Amino acid sequence: MNPFIYTRPADTGAAIKSLSRGNQAFFLAGGTNLVDMMKMGVVVPEKIVDINRLPLRNIEAVQSGLRLGALATNSEVADHPDVLKNYPLLSLAINAGASPQLRNMATVGGNLLQRTRCPYFFDLTMPCNKRAPGSGCGALAGFNRMHALFGASDKCIAVNPSDMSVALAALDAVVHVRGAGGDREIKFEDFHRLPGDEPQLDNTLAKGELIMAVDLPPSAFTKHVHYLKVRDRSSYAFALISVAVALDLDKDNNIKDVRLAMGGVAHKPWRLRASEDFLKGRSATEDNFKQAAQIAMQGAKAYQYNQFKLKLAPNTILQALKTASGQV
Amino acid sequence: MQNDLQNYENPRDESRRDFLKQSSLLSAIALTPGAIRRAAENKWDEKIADEMGKVPLSLEVNGVPYNLKIDPRVTLLDLLREQLHLTGSKKGCDRGQCGACTVHADGARINSCLSLAVTNDGKKITTIEGLSRGDELHPMQEAFIKHDGFQCGYCTSGQIMSAVALVKEGRTQCAEQISEFMSGNICRCGAYSNIVKAIQEVKNQQS
Repeated sequence: MNPFIYTRPADTGAAIKSLSRGNQAFFLAGGTNLVDMMKMGVVVPEKIVDINRLPLRNIEAVQSGLRLGALATNSEVADHPDVLKNYPLLSLAINAGASPQLRNMATVGGNLLQRTRCPYFFDLTMPCNKRAPGSGCGALAGFNRMHALFGASDKCIAVNPSDMSVALAALDAVVHVRGAGGDREIKFEDFHRLPGDEPQLDNTLAKGELIMAVDLPPSAFTKHVHYLKVRDRSSYAFALISVAVALDLDKDNNIKDVRLAMGGVAHKPWRLRASEDFLKGRSATEDNFKQAAQIAMQGAKAYQYNQFKLKLAPNTILQALKTASGQV
Repeated sequence: MQNDLQNYENPRDESRRDFLKQSSLLSAIALTPGAIRRAAENKWDEKIADEMGKVPLSLEVNGVPYNLKIDPRVTLLDLLREQLHLTGSKKGCDRGQCGACTVHADGARINSCLSLAVTNDGKKITTIEGLSRGDELHPMQEAFIKHDGFQCGYCTSGQIMSAVALVKEGRTQCAEQISEFMSGNICRCGAYSNIVKAIQEVKNQQS
């Protein structure tokens, strides 16, 4: 690992200022992704701004819902009584990711900022436009079994690896950030971006901006929820396909409201709005679920080794909807 | 020992130019003209820079307080093994994928290989060496021996540290839940079923 300047500022203002002064300066929270990348040489920081002592760890009820401090660990969020009661989908998604040890370290803010696990991104001997812009995409004509179906470009077909973010996208979360120019809010769907011509940019944060918190608006999705993650082994692996479902059903089993998002298929958590629109007002039947799953696949594009996802994805959506609605 | 994390404003965190100025000034002080060649041979310049890069760290490991100055690149695992000579925590993948390095930080199980040691300032660390009371093994250690919860033993200290935390977390309702919440500890020998039995025994002893 290359030498770097280590600093641990006392407050958010000092942290943001310190980051903006540095070339190749990075905030460090749980470190589960950043330290790994530093060991591999995928990122080579000149400065590490350790934000672990900033007072951003609270999980608290606010007027606009539930506020998750950026430094709350994944375990603290997943086990929090308010999350379990009002946002059980988030708890399911978090516990589907990583391992207990990693969830004890990884934070809300860090989870949003984790980089892709595309093998070409981690292999310094391979081309990767995300790691080294302009070097090409090794996955495009390479080993692309884990890669995207939606929203990719000829510069990058990597996927976002987060499970937590799939649930946050479904739940219409809002990201609060602070920079040198002040505070602003980013709707969760606008936080991550598609690769386009600049796959090195995972999100819409400006340089020096710090994630302060993620807010969850009040939610009616307390009962009929499911997070179904399909992977190469039964636990502790990244998703091939994951689906977050939240249903609000009336007493006649009609769908009053629904949220659907998919992981493992795009450069960002992939919200299935057309499928949601189709399901709203319809009854929760297997036939409607099947149609919703087909609608979700419009525009999908597979590569040489991930053709299987074209079938796996709608099947996963269907199964997740059935489980969430109680029709196992 | 305080539990609050202390802030550490690195004097070098002004700008790179200031840092370079500072280090060449120190070099100039350190070097009289006659000593230049000897200094170069001994790499004093680099040594001074290394020393300047070190960061203070206070933490408690298995009840013993330590006040150290360390290179910020050192992981908690390397600090434990290489500097404090507590070699019970193992380095398997060194990437957070195998769990052999599992320790407790303020009671929570973590992968010490992915934790920079300096970020543990003010924390209480427990390693496998801190579980027993003298010659009296921890119940989880006894249970692993009784149920043959290992073959080669390389993953065992991490498995036991994870298992002790798992029981405290209450994730022991059934064998499936134990397996799911032990998934961060890989055993290439495949002692999984015996590990689950060992954990169930400790859980039953406590209930």
